[in-house]
Amino acid sequence: MSASPSAVALAPPHLFEQVGAVARRSVMRTVRQRGLLVFPLLFPLILFAINGSALGAATKIRGFPPVSYRDFALAVPFIQGALFVAVSTGTDLARDIESGFFDRLALTPLRGSALLAGQLGGSVVVACVQSVVYLAVGVASGVGIASGFGGALVLLVLSILIAFGFAGLGALLALRFGTGEAVQGFFPLLFVTVFLSSSSLPRNLIQISWFHEVATYNPVSYLIEGIRSLIITGWDAQALALGFGFALLLCVLTLGFAGTAMKNRLVRT
Amino acid sequence: MNSSSPAIEIEQLVREFRKGPRAVDGIDLAVSPGEIYGFLGPNGAGKSTTVLMLTTLLPPTSGRARVGGYDILRQGSQVRASIGAALQEAALDAILTGREHLMLQATLQGMPKADRTRRAQELLERVGLTEAADRRVGGYSGGMKRRLDLALALVHGPRILFLDEPTTGLDLQSRSALWEEVARLAKEEGMTVFLTTQYLEEADALADRVGIIDHGKIVAEGTPTQLKEEIGSPTVEVVPADAGAGDALAQRLASFGQLARNGRGAVTVQLPGGESQLAEVVRVLDQAHLKVASLQLHQPSLDDVFLAKTGRKLEGAGEDQDERQP
Repeated sequence: MSASPSAVALAPPHLFEQVGAVARRSVMRTVRQRGLLVFPLLFPLILFAINGSALGAATKIRGFPPVSYRDFALAVPFIQGALFVAVSTGTDLARDIESGFFDRLALTPLRGSALLAGQLGGSVVVACVQSVVYLAVGVASGVGIASGFGGALVLLVLSILIAFGFAGLGALLALRFGTGEAVQGFFPLLFVTVFLSSSSLPRNLIQISWFHEVATYNPVSYLIEGIRSLIITGWDAQALALGFGFALLLCVLTLGFAGTAMKNRLVRT
Repeated sequence: MNSSSPAIEIEQLVREFRKGPRAVDGIDLAVSPGEIYGFLGPNGAGKSTTVLMLTTLLPPTSGRARVGGYDILRQGSQVRASIGAALQEAALDAILTGREHLMLQATLQGMPKADRTRRAQELLERVGLTEAADRRVGGYSGGMKRRLDLALALVHGPRILFLDEPTTGLDLQSRSALWEEVARLAKEEGMTVFLTTQYLEEADALADRVGIIDHGKIVAEGTPTQLKEEIGSPTVEVVPADAGAGDALAQRLASFGQLARNGRGAVTVQLPGGESQLAEVVRVLDQAHLKVASLQLHQPSLDDVFLAKTGRKLEGAGEDQDERQP
C-alpha cells in the first residue's frame, strides 16, 4: 500500500512541548470563558469585604491577635480561590472525557503525565493571577504585610502551591468519576472544610469543643495559618513549616492519586 | 506491512463487558489496502466497540487484530501512528477555533513547528473550512464539525482511517460532501477506510465491501452488489389502512416468503418469485377484504440483506446504548 502523499514521518514530540501545548489550551479556555476567571476572583473578595467589616468586633475578644479583622481574614480568599481552581480544573478535564476529546488526545503520542501536567500548568497560571489580585486588593484596602515584600513573595508561592494541590484534587475527581457533575458535587464539601477551620477565628479562641477539635485536625487550618502568619505575624517558622508541609503533602497525595487515575483512564494497548 | 498484506486483519476478536452480553463476539475480517470497508449494523450491534479495539482505545477480551501490519495489543503506539480516527460524535473543544484544533493536533503528533501552519491551512482548504478557520468551533454547524473532525484525523498523514458513524445527524448536503471527500481519500491517496454506519445508502454509495454486524457477530460480508444478488428477490411493503389489521395482514402474506413487521401494522414480505408475484399479493389482500393504505415494491437493498440475515429491518433494529460502558 502506498502511504498518503501528505504523510509525514513524525517523531513523538518532546515532553515539554506536549505539556506546553496542553497548558496553552487550558489557559486559552479559561481566558475565553470570562465567567471562569471573574467569579472565582470576585466571590472570595466579596466574602472578604463582608467578613472584614461585619466581624470586626471579633478583634475585641481577649487573645485575638492585635490586628484588624481585615488583616486576619485576608488569608481566606487564597484558599477559597484554590478551591475554585480545583473545580475548574476538574470540570474542564471531565468535559474532555465526556465529549470524547480525551480519546482524541489518547490517539496522539501524548503521555498521560504530560496531559496531567499541562492541565495543571494551566490551572497554576490562573492561580497566579488570582493570588496577585487577592494580595493587591488586600494591600489596597489597608492590609499591611508584616513580613514585608519578601513575605509577600513567599505568600504567593505558598498560595500557588496550595492551588496546585487542590487542582490535583479536581483532576483526580474528574479522572476517577469522569463527569463534571461529580466534580461539582464535591465543591460544597470542600467549601465546608474551609468553614470548619481557623478561617474565622484563631484556633485557641474557638470555644465549642467539637469545632475546636475539627479545626485542629483539619489541614486547611494550617494552610490558612501559614498564609496568615506572613500577613499578621511576620516570619513564623512553625506556621510556615506546617503551611508548606501540608501544602506539599496535599500536592504529593492528590498528584500521586491523579497520576494513577490518569493511567487507568488513559487505557491504550 | 507489504503491499499484499491486509491493512486491517481481525481474527476471532471478542469484547465482553461485565454484566453484559458479548459486545463483539468472535469476528473475523480482512480489509485490503486502499479499500473502503463499510461496517453496517444497528445501534448496539458492536460497531463502535470494534473500532475502539482497532484504534487501541479498548483492549479486547480475546482474539487478535493487526492494523497497518501492527498488533493492536503489543504495538499500540505504532498502530496509533498509522491511523487517523474520527470517533462517534465530533469530539471538539467548543472554545477553540478550527485552526487552533489543527495546530494542537499537529503539535501533539510531533509535527515540526515549521510545518504545522502549512499543514493546518492545507487541511482547512481541503475540507472547505478556510473562511471559518478562525471562528470558535462552538458556532460551527454539525457538518462543519464533522469536516473538522475528519481534517484532525488526517493531520499526521495516516495510511488507515477509521470513521465511526461520520454522517449521523448530518443533512443530505453535508453528508454527500463528506462522502465525496472519503471517496477521494481512498481513490486518490490510496487510504484504507474503515467506516461504520447505520445508513444503508452510505454503505451502498461508499463501501467497496460491506460487513453486516448484528449482536456482535458478522452475519454477512461482500460487495454491496454481491450481497444484494445473494438475496435476489424484491420485497413488497404493505401498510394497512387500519393499523390493527397488522396480524391479519402478516398471516395472509406469510405464504409468500420471509416477512418482517414494521411500525403501524406494516408488513414487508420477500417475493422469491420476483415482481410477478405482486398481482398475486393484491389478489390475496382483496380476497381477505384487507384495506391497504399503501403498497410499495422495493428492489433488493442492503436492508433486505439485513432482513434476510437477521429477520429484522435495520431501521430501529438496535437499541441506543453506550458500547463502552462496562
